[in-house]
Amino acid sequence: MRIHPRHIQKVAVVMLGGAALFTLLILIFIIGFILEKGLPVISLRFLTGKPEDLGRSGGIFPTIIGTILLPLLAIIIATPLGIFTSVYLSEYTKETKLTKVIRFGTDCLAGIPSIIFGLFGYIFFVVTLGLGWSILSGGLTLAVMILPTIIRTSEEAIRSVPKSYREVSFSLGATSWQTVKRVILPNALPGIVTGVMLSIGRSIGETAAVIFTAGSSLRLPESILDSTRTMAVHFYILAREGISQENAYGTAATLIIAVLFINLSAYWMMSRFIAKRS
Amino acid sequence: MKLIGEKGVQRALMFTAFSAISALLLIALFILSEGLPFIFRYGIKDFLFSNDWVPQQGRFGIFPMIAASLWVTFGAMVVGAPLGVAVALFLSEYAPRPVMRVIKPTIELLAAIPSVVYGFIGVMVLAPLIREFLGGPGLSLLGGSIILGIMILPTVISISIDSILTVPQSYREGSLALGATTWQTIYMVTIKASKSGIIASIILGLGRAVGETMAVIMVAGNSVNIPHSPLDSVRTLTANIALEMSYATGMHRQALFATGVVLLVGIIILNSIASVALRKRMVKK
Repeated sequence: MRIHPRHIQKVAVVMLGGAALFTLLILIFIIGFILEKGLPVISLRFLTGKPEDLGRSGGIFPTIIGTILLPLLAIIIATPLGIFTSVYLSEYTKETKLTKVIRFGTDCLAGIPSIIFGLFGYIFFVVTLGLGWSILSGGLTLAVMILPTIIRTSEEAIRSVPKSYREVSFSLGATSWQTVKRVILPNALPGIVTGVMLSIGRSIGETAAVIFTAGSSLRLPESILDSTRTMAVHFYILAREGISQENAYGTAATLIIAVLFINLSAYWMMSRFIAKRS
Repeated sequence: MKLIGEKGVQRALMFTAFSAISALLLIALFILSEGLPFIFRYGIKDFLFSNDWVPQQGRFGIFPMIAASLWVTFGAMVVGAPLGVAVALFLSEYAPRPVMRVIKPTIELLAAIPSVVYGFIGVMVLAPLIREFLGGPGLSLLGGSIILGIMILPTVISISIDSILTVPQSYREGSLALGATTWQTIYMVTIKASKSGIIASIILGLGRAVGETMAVIMVAGNSVNIPHSPLDSVRTLTANIALEMSYATGMHRQALFATGVVLLVGIIILNSIASVALRKRMVKK
């Protein structure tokens, strides 16, 4: 018996639509599950208190500080490097062998798994450069990890600046650098910021690359050379070593809220940026 | 800026442009210089193909980990690839554009969820389900595959959509004009025309699955053995590094870096295949 194509069509729509719905449900389930179990744990005391008894009780304040400091250091290092790289690639050269090599290197770097960054950060920053398990080692490692994202998103943002803007600037006698500084970067800024925000989101949730470079000290860091523990690492240790399920849920919920907030702001900026363009 | 001048600016920018590639070279250099000497001293064949991993006795065979990584990645593909491609087809071919513009970034939020959270969900939700309904320890190859399959979804979906959207509208119109239904158009025209992009999206997803560490450590169980069933507990290459790195010294530590070398080579091969596939798409376009 031959099934009529229109029936197959109906089955196909239902299956493909079902797949999309299922994927959305997975996302909602993961976020909902963590928030449902974790939100009741979160309180002002939880967020601002010191962890006691390895995190079995008390709060997570030092890990929040660690979670702010590491990504902050990473973007301070990676953002200028990434923006200048993308300015060079899009404004200062034509497509040559050299730019192809740079682009290929950036793509390769983007594909490297975080555990390899962890190994590299450990052997290079922690051991060879003698920085020890520290905020500095962790921040540098994260900077290398997010560099490709920043390069790519900045390059896209810069390329989306209309050609006519450049022509007007050049016709007024501006040099290339003046054009970049006064015309291109200000116009590409929202796109660049979106890339930076996505990178912050990624580095906040990162565990494998951080645990071997920044260590897991629960004390409040006093200098950039002190070891620290991020929320992601804290959550991992609490959950894996079975220290406290309750505090693990609380930490996970705080982490998820932070990551969602940053990513949603990034999308919001991006959509405003696109709306303004068109 | 006047002091440096245009030429100076250009030179400075060119210098920073090498940051990514020099980071890449540094990473390769340090991982290789720690790992390669060990591999040659221990013997490539023994290191890659022997089943004994007993660091205390100086025996370092990583074949079980290689097998586990391959199986988990294969499992992730079985779970994630069909689902991801189906979602991509629905969003690009059936859903109205405004709906797609909302749903696509929402689904991409899956990529923002930290891998430790995925691992935790695997431990708290998935493993008990597997234990109850299928038996075994729960923390298993199957659990790892399902979690990784979900984790590769955003990669597969967003790159597939991008590549499906580059198929010229006239192809679809031609097919519809001949009386084909939307579904016939999708599987006879759209999928064929965007095949290399879809394949690239799956391979990039696999690259992510091979390299994933924290989620796999939490869900897959971590026993060193070659899996005989999907319900067996396994340890992947990444898990092997992360589990033992904190206390390894001497030969043992070098063996972990050597594990990193194997992982790195695997990832580079996967990503090169993906970039060739993506470039093929560009050329066709």
